[in-house]
Amino acid sequence: MHVTSRQFKDNIKGAVSDANLRHSLATMKTGFRAKRGIAVAALPEFEALRDAGKAIKDHALQHLDHYLERFEAKVLEGGGHVHWARDADSACRAVLDICRQHGARTVTKGKSMVAEEIELNAYLEKNGVRPVETDLGEYIIQLRHELPSHIIAPAIHVRKSQVAQTFRENHPQFPADRALEEPRDLLDEARTVLRSHFLGADVGITGANLLIAETGSTVIVTNEGNGDLTQLLPRVHIVVTSIEKVVPTLEDASTILRLLARSATGQAMSSYTTFSTGPRRPEDPDGPDHFHVVLVDNGRTGMLGTEFHEALRCIRCAACINHCPIYGAVGGHAYGSVYPGPIGSVITPALASLEEAGSLPNASTLCGRCEAVCPMKIPLPRMLRHWREHEFARHLTPPRMRWGLRLWAFAARRPALYRLGTGMAGRMLSRMAGRRGRLSSLPLAGGWTQVRDLPAPPPGGTFMARYKRGQTH
Amino acid sequence: MTGSDRDTVLNGIRAALKRGPLPDPTRAELDRRMADHAAHVVPAIARGTHAELVRRFLETAEAAAATVATVPPGSEGAAVERFLRQHNLPTRVAVAADPRLDGLEDRGVLTVERRGTPTGDDLVGVAHALAGIAETGTLMMASGPHSPSTLNMLPDTHIVVVRQTDVVGGLEDAWARLRAHAPEGPPRTVHLITGPSRTGDIEQTIQLGAHGPRRLHIVMVEDTADGAAV
Repeated sequence: MHVTSRQFKDNIKGAVSDANLRHSLATMKTGFRAKRGIAVAALPEFEALRDAGKAIKDHALQHLDHYLERFEAKVLEGGGHVHWARDADSACRAVLDICRQHGARTVTKGKSMVAEEIELNAYLEKNGVRPVETDLGEYIIQLRHELPSHIIAPAIHVRKSQVAQTFRENHPQFPADRALEEPRDLLDEARTVLRSHFLGADVGITGANLLIAETGSTVIVTNEGNGDLTQLLPRVHIVVTSIEKVVPTLEDASTILRLLARSATGQAMSSYTTFSTGPRRPEDPDGPDHFHVVLVDNGRTGMLGTEFHEALRCIRCAACINHCPIYGAVGGHAYGSVYPGPIGSVITPALASLEEAGSLPNASTLCGRCEAVCPMKIPLPRMLRHWREHEFARHLTPPRMRWGLRLWAFAARRPALYRLGTGMAGRMLSRMAGRRGRLSSLPLAGGWTQVRDLPAPPPGGTFMARYKRGQTH
Repeated sequence: MTGSDRDTVLNGIRAALKRGPLPDPTRAELDRRMADHAAHVVPAIARGTHAELVRRFLETAEAAAATVATVPPGSEGAAVERFLRQHNLPTRVAVAADPRLDGLEDRGVLTVERRGTPTGDDLVGVAHALAGIAETGTLMMASGPHSPSTLNMLPDTHIVVVRQTDVVGGLEDAWARLRAHAPEGPPRTVHLITGPSRTGDIEQTIQLGAHGPRRLHIVMVEDTADGAAV
């Protein structure tokens, strides 16, 4: 997985001063977050469903080889094909081979994060196959040559005026003076343009939210209907998905479906939950003639059995992203990974490398909101701390930080010295701050004082000093 | 190539889980778990008397921005026509070849453009649901010789006929219906449809009518006096 997370610290400077991005991120509070809150409050069984969902995924991961084999057998039995891909390159090649077999020139694509992860579009384009994204958000960012900045709302960073500009540049077939002010106008134009792509594509590619071992079905959960037109109209349907998505039965899927849409958009169910099983049957009037599933590993077995194992329970609902104060301040692109936010900061170092993505686990205040809202109860803060430990153990942290931590550790192991030091520092800071009680600059703390004052410790000494004197406040 | 990737992935999983291939008794146990179809947590909104479930289905479907009309058996065609006229929509319709929808042609109030797969130009599609799920106001549509899946997606206006007897409580009950309908395994496409298509991709403002239908109208056919569907 190709990431640019090394630039995280530079990226955030641009992000926090981007007025358009600020506006877009501000809507998250009234949008996704408020809607999830209402949906969860309306379902008394939500907590019980979380426990059940966690247990189902834990069971499936513990027996992953068996359920993948059963899933594969069912797909084959139904006349479909399964392609195993250890890495991104192998997955992209499998998709291209299928496209070539069928002489495909254009493919329509439903939204798929795994396809983003393996950079399928770039690979297909390089090899003469034109992919057209059909999810509205994905379509917008494809035209703008951008990456998704959110896993369920890929164009959340783009404002409607920018979408209008993009459409004017890319849709010369419409009159130049047409109205494109309202979201409705923009949507209708995209709908018209994409209709012809749906009807003319040779191959349709979708992702999958779930795989059902019992039936060999792949499941997509969508709202726009683009994923359905993508898979129903062309002769060939390719599903690009990853190995941890398999669950044993439709009943297991029910529990996850009850959690997924509520956690993502606050809907009880998305408009379309679609189960695809094999190619069309001989007597069927429509549907694809060929059905291929590409099962991607790309680093996931490397997470199994490690302290990051539980992150494989993730159902990509984006609740952690929507509730993360860091994501809310810097947006998705700053992370330099197609998986941003708390879950992205956990899985990006695993799927790419800690060398590349070491900044991400540090981009967290460990406030715990992500874990509190995660429908799969993934202990995200704990995992971020694990990455920080790995980073330190592998000498990837900068020397200054290492020296600072070592100094702190030295003192922390000597309580008398520690108290002496903090007491002195506290008194000094109080004196420097004077009556204002705040410091506007401080040597070695420029990172903090550049953008805000540092509150000085209140007079009266440290907590320990007060405690000894018997003060309660 | 694929063969070796398959081994790499499966062996990688086993190595990571610190074990070899699962022993046969364990595999048999897992297969039994798959065959059992045991339900997990079924919410209270998925339970109730049949009358309660029908009422809940209509409410939750409306909450998902579908419109609903309940009609006596035999008046499906009139209900479809009334809806189309009320919304100033064309009365030319593409209708699934399901024999339960034959009545739409008889009355002569609708122009049935075709029976079966729609073209990109058909503006109104009429289909028949396998079940209605009360929990979330969801329609279960199963593909088959008489029910093309594109009919659920291509036309601007999607009208679905569902029988009151086919209303079930929750997803688990819907799976039971599906297994009874297709014991050999699910049809190619099973759509669970909850309201019309929508998107929030532009500034998180929800717009109905994205790539799929702009409107979803549900025609609920009442049971006959003796409790059976016509």
